[in-house]
Amino acid sequence: MFFASIQTLHIPDGFLSLFIAGLCWVVAIGFILLAIRRSQRSFDERLVPLAGMMAAFIFAGQMINFPVAGGTSGHFIGAALAAVALGPWLGILVMTAVIALQALLFQDGGLVVMGANILVMGITPALISYGLYRAVSHRPRRVQMITIAASAWLSIMGAALVTALLLGFSGTSSFRVAVPALLGVHALIGIGEALITAAALNLIMKTRPQLLQSSAAVGGRGWIASGVALTLLVILLAPFASRFPDGLEWVAAENGFLDTAVTAPFQLLPGYTIPILGAGSLSTIVASLIGALLAAAIMIILARLIHGRQAKMKRLRD
Amino acid sequence: MHVSAFDRYQHQHSRVHRLDPRAKVLMTLFFILSNALLPDGAWAAFLAAWGLALLAGSVAQLPPGYLFKRSFIALPFALAAVTVLFTVPGAAVLTFPLFSRTIAISDAGLARFASIVIRSWLSVQGAIWLTATTQFPDLMHALRHLRVPRLLIAIISFMYRYLFVLADEATRLLRAREARSAAPVSGKSGGSILWRAKVAGGMVGQLFLRSLERSERVYNAMLARGYRGQLLTMNPHVMMKRDWQELGTAVILIALVQVIGRLF
Repeated sequence: MFFASIQTLHIPDGFLSLFIAGLCWVVAIGFILLAIRRSQRSFDERLVPLAGMMAAFIFAGQMINFPVAGGTSGHFIGAALAAVALGPWLGILVMTAVIALQALLFQDGGLVVMGANILVMGITPALISYGLYRAVSHRPRRVQMITIAASAWLSIMGAALVTALLLGFSGTSSFRVAVPALLGVHALIGIGEALITAAALNLIMKTRPQLLQSSAAVGGRGWIASGVALTLLVILLAPFASRFPDGLEWVAAENGFLDTAVTAPFQLLPGYTIPILGAGSLSTIVASLIGALLAAAIMIILARLIHGRQAKMKRLRD
Repeated sequence: MHVSAFDRYQHQHSRVHRLDPRAKVLMTLFFILSNALLPDGAWAAFLAAWGLALLAGSVAQLPPGYLFKRSFIALPFALAAVTVLFTVPGAAVLTFPLFSRTIAISDAGLARFASIVIRSWLSVQGAIWLTATTQFPDLMHALRHLRVPRLLIAIISFMYRYLFVLADEATRLLRAREARSAAPVSGKSGGSILWRAKVAGGMVGQLFLRSLERSERVYNAMLARGYRGQLLTMNPHVMMKRDWQELGTAVILIALVQVIGRLF
């Protein structure tokens, strides 16, 4: 039951090319080493019990959900809350521990691609959510809450976009489909995350205001700048990323046999547009929506199937 | 809640269980890397790699089919790779009409899709094998010897220790909500979605504060018992001659799989 949460962003081994997986490791290791150094400076020997307990909290918090409709539920994922409440460095460290344990203990996410998972679920959301929160941390609480909700949603979208890009560049997925499908599904998942994160931080702000003041003091202007820049990148890149040439086409173009290859027999939504609407951006948007709806429908059916089976197993156990 | 509710460790006294955890971590990583390096459509090599996984499972005295049964966890992700069926250029093997158009599955696309799924399926078996034969604290030690930052290891070990405590805490919160959520037999229950989200958020916030307070309490207790910023262990974990031999055998077998992948 505890692991039924929709965590489609845990990339398993075998889905990324070794080059991409290695590149992600380089970025992830850089961030982790920095995060360790910075966190150690501010927490000293308190760091291990604090970060360890918070990582266990994220894991346990992912069990908490709320029913939405039709057997689906909103979930808490946690990266945004960790970054805002604990500061970005500790947040990244906590998410790294969560991802590592999930991969090592439950095979939820691969081992060789763990660097990519840390980049997707730890670093990207921390940059986006903390950066945006930090930009308004001295504003009235209402503004802060709205920003936190929006940044939590955006951090999920950012994570989905990075995943789609990694899959696309690895030649595992077509950008045309992966980008709108992953963004579409996570637009829904992100709403649950946004609402829960905002409500949770609202409670924390009311009861322990000094905690958030100290987390806001961790990062300076650099965090605001990088958070806002990354957010803009996600928003601007999302509509265009689906038009990237596919990973396989990249390889083919490099080797110069693109012309000799047979044209792709993919004709369902050519160029990710609807034929009758022409090739304008409206056509792309409608096509993206159809893709997103299809993906969402598949996810809901899958979730129901899994949910039904688990309910049956639970009845059997009881 | 007990540790065994989560942990997939299988108590046995096999050769694999006695092996130094470092050797096992390296074997698993080499196996996963080897799967990633096999070219698309290297069916003979995939078969050989599966044979290797079966062999490793039986030497570890895992229940027959144990690796197989748990290996489908990564399968839903295969959805992400479905598109290569249609986008990889090649000869059409299957065409079917869809909305007044025909779409085709190419032979190269089919081979690529199957290869991606098989690679991931084999790699997951390697990871399950590692978890099933190595206790988590030993695994952490191995990673420490393999130069993973000490502090990160300490954090993950600590997390493992309190996973069950906080999972219990979350279960209590969920039970409390359920106890206060009466619903008529027919008709809608509860408030709006926004209200439900607020309740769930409040629970998460509550769990956060309780965890934070617990971490402070635990830290004080650790200080009282002489903690100086490092978790210590009595287990020396030395790579013996036998560990090197078994690691060498595994590397040779994996290299053989690679050779098969290039030749056939």
